Amino acid sequence: MITLTRGARAAMIASVAVGSVLLLSACGTAGASGGGAAQEATQLGEMEKTVSILAWPGYVEDGSNDPTVDWVSGFEEKTGCTVDAKTYGTSDEAVNLMKTGEYDVMAASGDATLRLIASGDVAPVNTDLIPNYAGVYDFLKDKEWNSVDGKSYGVPHGYGANLLMYNTEKFPQAPTSWDVVFDKAGENAGKVTAYDSPIYIADAAVYLMTHQPDLGITNPYALDETQFQAAVDLLKAQRANVGEYWSDYLKEIQSFTSGDSVVGTTWQVIQNSLAGEGAPTAVTLPKEGVTGWSDTWMISSKAKSPNCAYAWLDWIASPETNAQATAYFGEAPSSQKACDFRDDCEAYHAGDADYASKIWYWTTPIADCVDGRTDVQCVDYSKWTAAWQEIKG
Amino acid sequence: MTTTTTPPGVTRPVPAPRRTAARRSSAFLATHPRVRLGLLLTAPLFWLGVVYIVALALLLVTALWSVDSFTGQVRTEWTFDNIVQVVTGSLYQTVTLRTLGIALAVTVIDVALALPIAFYMAKVATPRMQRILLIAVLMPLWASYLVKAYAWRSVLSQEGILEWLVSPFGGHTPGYGLAATVVTLSYLWLPYVILPIYAGLERVPDSLLEASSDLGGKPGRTFRSVVLPLIFPSIVAGTIFSFSLSLGDYITVNIVGGANQMLGNLVYTNVGAANNLPLAAAIALIPIVIIFGYLALVRRTGALDNL
Repeated sequence: MITLTRGARAAMIASVAVGSVLLLSACGTAGASGGGAAQEATQLGEMEKTVSILAWPGYVEDGSNDPTVDWVSGFEEKTGCTVDAKTYGTSDEAVNLMKTGEYDVMAASGDATLRLIASGDVAPVNTDLIPNYAGVYDFLKDKEWNSVDGKSYGVPHGYGANLLMYNTEKFPQAPTSWDVVFDKAGENAGKVTAYDSPIYIADAAVYLMTHQPDLGITNPYALDETQFQAAVDLLKAQRANVGEYWSDYLKEIQSFTSGDSVVGTTWQVIQNSLAGEGAPTAVTLPKEGVTGWSDTWMISSKAKSPNCAYAWLDWIASPETNAQATAYFGEAPSSQKACDFRDDCEAYHAGDADYASKIWYWTTPIADCVDGRTDVQCVDYSKWTAAWQEIKG
Repeated sequence: MTTTTTPPGVTRPVPAPRRTAARRSSAFLATHPRVRLGLLLTAPLFWLGVVYIVALALLLVTALWSVDSFTGQVRTEWTFDNIVQVVTGSLYQTVTLRTLGIALAVTVIDVALALPIAFYMAKVATPRMQRILLIAVLMPLWASYLVKAYAWRSVLSQEGILEWLVSPFGGHTPGYGLAATVVTLSYLWLPYVILPIYAGLERVPDSLLEASSDLGGKPGRTFRSVVLPLIFPSIVAGTIFSFSLSLGDYITVNIVGGANQMLGNLVYTNVGAANNLPLAAAIALIPIVIIFGYLALVRRTGALDNL
């Protein structure tokens, strides 16, 4: 048996200490690097051999999940670009992955796009090079979540609304207002549900636009300190009546089926599943308006295959492919022609500009107010996240 | 080698071994025990260092950084803001207390359930029954954690089997919330508490129990004065499992905890939704400090000496 002498032990500790110090100094402080503005392409060249795509699950289907669901093979045959796809679960995860520069193309929701543009991780897109862009609904083009300073940063994919779902046994009359989850939430204490994300603060802001007009909210994603505090207070009051928050849509389906939740925010696709199971639920678009999402296909500023990337943007905007992809995910398509390839456009109110105008699409809240105010600083997303944790408590 | 044959009866000296590299190094190692020990321990120590010590050090370092709120990039400049925020923020204090309460409740419930089960397995059951019970205790570990948590979700729901069972007697399911979280976690970690206590009880000789009763000790007295001191280290080992596993859990509370959140959820949202790794690292230090405190406490009782 060998025992270490005191000297040997001291030497060992010293070497560990030296090692840690070396390691710490290696990853210690260093200057942060900022992103540079990327240039948009002016013309297309030869197709590269591969294109890597980062997207929500269900956006890039090559038939491996369901043999009948495949819009990638056609693209590969047509262009010769082999698709290498990766899916992500949250907008924040996507932003992190996109920063690696490993991906050429990405489908981003409005709460991610501005961050990507700001950090220079995505390049402006020359929409003249995308023939199918012309067919896209006008109310989806040049919006604050896909364009900056008149420059377009991508092609719209599809959109949907965060609707109010209610149990038809508890509510024989369809509620017309969000007050059933805010001011009147106490009537269903413990059975109210809400979307578990900081972006849900915008839903409270939409409600306050109608019910506390003196706050002067004009855009639920541009809240100054007072307006933000009012929204947070409203949500803290709501918290007492919330049974659970949901982010996994299967969890919401289950809790509405079992009656653990009777009223709260939802997506159309969830109602479709519940209706299929015969659950006593329905959705409505309350009079205050709603929040929603509108996804955008973007191109990385470090894209290794820009030509294949442009080809993909055109392919996914083509009516047939767009119809397939948005129908599979359960959202409205981006063009009227896509509805010729779908029979459920009505359920998603596709092309209904009046319906679409009631939707406040997810947008990253930033300090420079997105509603154009310059006299105040708006509350940015990192504070939204901190506040959301406070609300949940 | 020479090919000459040796005549019978004639002894020859053993030829000197050839000085190959392997033999030389073997001889060197035989006479230098320190080097031998060093080579033996390098790989595991490297692993220990990289996986535990460096990871912990990196966590500490990350907690001292901050995040650019606009681009989401980590700014590598030293600041104590995150630590101060975590220590003084009322949100973190509330959630820490809640998490600590859940972990303690789960530990107490598990020990209370595990003691009689383990005692029956080790001292009362026939060898055949013992094996069956051991398999029964281990069986839940074959199923996925998620499956068990979702099973409890449906058991505890408003239309679940628990409601159906207790409603004739005027009872109601607790619904999703803290109680549901404690119940589910107690169920999940029970095998980890039973097994060490069972192993500890196995080592207690039956003769001691007999001697105690011969001397007039009633079962309660025997348990308190003989069995408990002997299996105390095993109980402590079990509580370390249930306590630390509960402290770090965030999935169960997400599934059955209603709108409540634990420390793990705060870490998760700060890594995932908020993209604030430094703050997440600062929050992750809380359970580490608690566990260190718990281990120090346990060490003072001397329970770790016999492990």
